[in-house]
Amino acid sequence: MHDLKPITALGGTEPRIDTIGGVSLTEKPGIAFASVTARRGHEDACRAHLADVLEGPAPGPGKCRLHDPEAAFWMGPDQWMAGAPIDSHEDLAAQLKTRMGETASITEQTDAWVCFDLQGDRMEDVVELLCNINIRAMKTGDATRTSIHHLGCFVLRRDPANWVRILGPRASAGSLHHALLTAMKSAL
Amino acid sequence: MIINHPLLGPRDSAEFVYLGDASLLNRPDPETASPKDWHDYGYLRDNPAGDLRELWFHEGGDRSMLVVTRNTLTHDITSVALARDVALKLGAAL
Repeated sequence: MHDLKPITALGGTEPRIDTIGGVSLTEKPGIAFASVTARRGHEDACRAHLADVLEGPAPGPGKCRLHDPEAAFWMGPDQWMAGAPIDSHEDLAAQLKTRMGETASITEQTDAWVCFDLQGDRMEDVVELLCNINIRAMKTGDATRTSIHHLGCFVLRRDPANWVRILGPRASAGSLHHALLTAMKSAL
Repeated sequence: MIINHPLLGPRDSAEFVYLGDASLLNRPDPETASPKDWHDYGYLRDNPAGDLRELWFHEGGDRSMLVVTRNTLTHDITSVALARDVALKLGAAL
């Protein structure tokens, strides 16, 4: 019998947590992701399905819908990324495909991303060292894509507002973690 | 240089990748195009000292393609549109 142990994106058996100057950086392995792209001619139907899942309107440009268990953020015109707890939604893409049918193209994204939570009262000082988004102008529920350490990342401002979730390419998890930690050491 | 993205607002041009003349949207019809049409599409570009319509890809953003009208003498940007909207208006399959 094989004896396989799951590891996180950073290679540990437990998620890594770093705390500097009252700001914590937490690796979040427990989220399933799926991208949702409306098919041409089905944009309204796709949006309606998504609104049904999210129990609220599909997020518009630069926004996310923070909701349990399924949440989603806007990635581009008629494109969203959906996320949900992996314990209950490991097959998120299949669940969404069953519901949305031919209105959307849905792709499993869970293993493509690494997710970090950066939380603390001086979180903004760290983020503004990392990328050129105006983090101080962003409010809870805002989400945008930017470049951090030359990596395309999503930054989601959550509730409470001293908390951002950063999604980056999983294959570069170590580099992204290094960049975040370096910025924390510099800023705090 | 700041590009005023139609959906996301003002963004630094460093987030974008430059993809050249917007005439790339006018691809000849493969059913009817002659070799000369393909040659002109592939190689011939105007090089105006003034307004130029060009494609920019929002690589560090929402990954949309934009048609940006930029003055090549002053770098003034006078209009920005989603390439998808421009292409759909042209009737092109993008």
